Amino acid sequence: MDKNRHLQRQLDMKRSLLDQGYLDEQFIQLEELQDDDNPDFVEETVTTFYNNSARFLQNIEHTLGDCPIDFPKLDNYMHHFKGSSSSIGATRVKNECTRFIEYCQAANAQGCVRTFLQVKQEHAILKAKLETYFQMAKSRIAAGAPSLCRSKNTSFAEFASYRKYKLFRKSDIVYRYLK
Amino acid sequence: MNPSNGKGSVSMASSSGGWKAGDVVLDQFPAGLRVLVVDDDPTCLVILEKMLRACLYEVTKCNRAEIALSQLRENKNGFDIVISDVHMPDMDGFKLLEHIGLEMDLPVIMMSADDGKNVVMKGVTHGACDYLIKPVRIEALKNIWQHVVRKRKNEWKDLEHSGSMEDGDRQQKPSEDVDYSSSANEGNWKGSKKRKDEDEETEERDDSSTLKKPRVVWSVELHQQFVAAVNQLGIDKAVPKKILELMNVPGLTRENVASHLQKYRLYLRRLSGVSQHHSSLNNSFVSNQEAAFGAMSSLNGLDLQTFAVTGQLPAQSLATLQAAGLGRSTTKTGIPMPLVDQRNLFSFENPKSRYGEGQQQQHLSSSKPVNLLHGIPTTMEPKQLAALHHSTPSLGGMSIQVNTRGGQSNSLLMQMPQPQSREQILNESTGSHVPRLPSPIGQPIMSNGIAGGVIGRNGIGDSGRGTLYSHVPPTSSMVSFPLNHPTELASNSFPLGSTPRISNVTSKGPFQEEVNAEIKGSAGFMPSYDIFNELHQHKSQDWELQDLQFNASQNANPVEGNLDVSPSVLVHPGYSSSQRIGQNRTASAIGRTIYSGIEGTEQGNTQIIGQNLNNLLADNPVRVKAERIPDSCNQTTLFPGHFGQEDLMSALLKQQPGGIGSTETEFDFDGYSMDNIPV
Repeated sequence: MDKNRHLQRQLDMKRSLLDQGYLDEQFIQLEELQDDDNPDFVEETVTTFYNNSARFLQNIEHTLGDCPIDFPKLDNYMHHFKGSSSSIGATRVKNECTRFIEYCQAANAQGCVRTFLQVKQEHAILKAKLETYFQMAKSRIAAGAPSLCRSKNTSFAEFASYRKYKLFRKSDIVYRYLK
Repeated sequence: MNPSNGKGSVSMASSSGGWKAGDVVLDQFPAGLRVLVVDDDPTCLVILEKMLRACLYEVTKCNRAEIALSQLRENKNGFDIVISDVHMPDMDGFKLLEHIGLEMDLPVIMMSADDGKNVVMKGVTHGACDYLIKPVRIEALKNIWQHVVRKRKNEWKDLEHSGSMEDGDRQQKPSEDVDYSSSANEGNWKGSKKRKDEDEETEERDDSSTLKKPRVVWSVELHQQFVAAVNQLGIDKAVPKKILELMNVPGLTRENVASHLQKYRLYLRRLSGVSQHHSSLNNSFVSNQEAAFGAMSSLNGLDLQTFAVTGQLPAQSLATLQAAGLGRSTTKTGIPMPLVDQRNLFSFENPKSRYGEGQQQQHLSSSKPVNLLHGIPTTMEPKQLAALHHSTPSLGGMSIQVNTRGGQSNSLLMQMPQPQSREQILNESTGSHVPRLPSPIGQPIMSNGIAGGVIGRNGIGDSGRGTLYSHVPPTSSMVSFPLNHPTELASNSFPLGSTPRISNVTSKGPFQEEVNAEIKGSAGFMPSYDIFNELHQHKSQDWELQDLQFNASQNANPVEGNLDVSPSVLVHPGYSSSQRIGQNRTASAIGRTIYSGIEGTEQGNTQIIGQNLNNLLADNPVRVKAERIPDSCNQTTLFPGHFGQEDLMSALLKQQPGGIGSTETEFDFDGYSMDNIPV
């Protein structure tokens, strides 16, 4: 039950993140890429992203602070950042980036500054949520629940035992209900 | 996800239609595709790598463009495709794109989060095969193998299926011919030829691969040397041979220089044509190179025209061929005859059809090449061009273009086209397909081969050869031009050798020489021109296509008939038949004879070439040519016996010097009509 619950919670969280638009299909794809050989792939990737994005955000902030603002440079930075965040499926962040770019191309400094704040905000929110998500995954795995990711080498025994577990749980529930 | 699904039924395996020997790679394709990913964003890099691995590709990742470039240079054949980000701090993605196109001619996919129309357009103009928008999905990556195939296919097409396939892209098959408006016969003979070639190919595959010259990495220093040499010689006079001598770089072959010259010409043309692009690139020769190369890479898709443009000999040869045939001087510029033309050239079908094709080709090539050449400081001297034109009206299209592609393609082409070209040539029953210069053959030989072949036939080879010269391994198969113009051969040492088949073209010299000494002069097209020159010269030489390399030594061999042009060089003894070229119709007859001679052998290519030549000659509206041919025939011993072509070539060549100016006009392909063949 614990394992199941873990799994369920994680799935639920993912679902909510997807629904709320924090994450998108790309994230699902990343998870699908993950496998036993690389069980922490998604987490590692997200970590890499956050490490690099912090630097980028700083650069952008500096450039925004310049006077006069170098819009092409900003455009460049933001495209890069947008590409990065969209690669991990950070939808909201990506959307804010798009808005930023629009302002940038219109050379609208105010708009840029405003949007940039939004970008940072979304970026931070998503970071927190993903951290929670990964923690869930870790605890689930620690508890022994089957991994979420596509397992290349799922042994049949493992699978069978999981199924048995599920069946057992089901029967347990039924039993309880019947009771 | 199941990446293997993505590969799906790689039609490749089936399309190869003839490549039986199929590479083992075919079966696994696209698995194992070697991809190089360049992106300064580590997140994307990691994700891409993972995705590509999931598609069963072999992935190498770099986060800096410089590192990527050096890796590519060190291992020229180590990658099949490159994926690069657009915005990178150390080097602009487009610049990298041009570098790669220029030096390695690999398909490059750009990607970025930026999906603005301008940026995407920039990618297109710089020659990117594709443009992916981030986030890149794995579905998009599953299909990138198509770009590799497409590129190879185009190269093959140009080369007329020289039979050498890289990485099992053999499937590319010679069937490209269908694109050419060759007569039906072409298709027939192509098919038969292909079959024949296929067998040969498989056997020779190893040979060809071993013969295939390793790509030369044109480093900055090397290119600088090259540019210095070209400038020293003067754009018009910059011939591969002389450039090679000036550069004095050990291990560099004439073919390498020739193909590079083509690219450079193309680049220059682009400079003049698309100043905005290049102006920015002008900061370094590299960028120039890039431009040229970029253009070149994009040329892949282009027909010979592009070839011609690239300055590679093939174009020139084509031009010359065309010029010869059509009396069109314009064609000179661009190797008007795209590879396609080559094939057409070789289409032996009735002269008429050939002509039509030749015209087409010429048009094709000429339209483009003309521009190209104009823009580019024609390396080829006008005379040469004229000569080329004269001599190989038919060839012009054919072979010349093949070579344009530059060294790489040349070798590739040479290898590939050879078998094909042979087929084509052989298939051409009437030889009217002269214009069809067997692309396979032609390719390597392209410049040379075609020229050779064509020249051989009509002696027109001169012109044709010039263009073909481009890297096409001297596969002089084309060169089989009976023209024993020994003089040129030396210069024609195209790397034709790459394709064993094509090697035939290498007609060793005879062809090359035939192409007129003038052609030689034409620095631009070098390879192709050389072929022609040689062809002329070697009228008698046996077109041994064995190695496309036009060995000057071949000069000695009279075309008589050995046109072993097997691969692509029509060197076939058919040339002997070309002897008939003397007559007006001989041009076509020659082609035919050549063709007939070749029929038996792979050398059909030469025949085709010859025929093309003939066609060119015959069809020349200018008549002058035709008339000349007979004259030349008489004079040149081309026709005696085997070398009908040689005679033609020589005749043409001879005439060319004098009549270059006039010939140019004569070769106006536009006006070219089969009916004009003075009989």
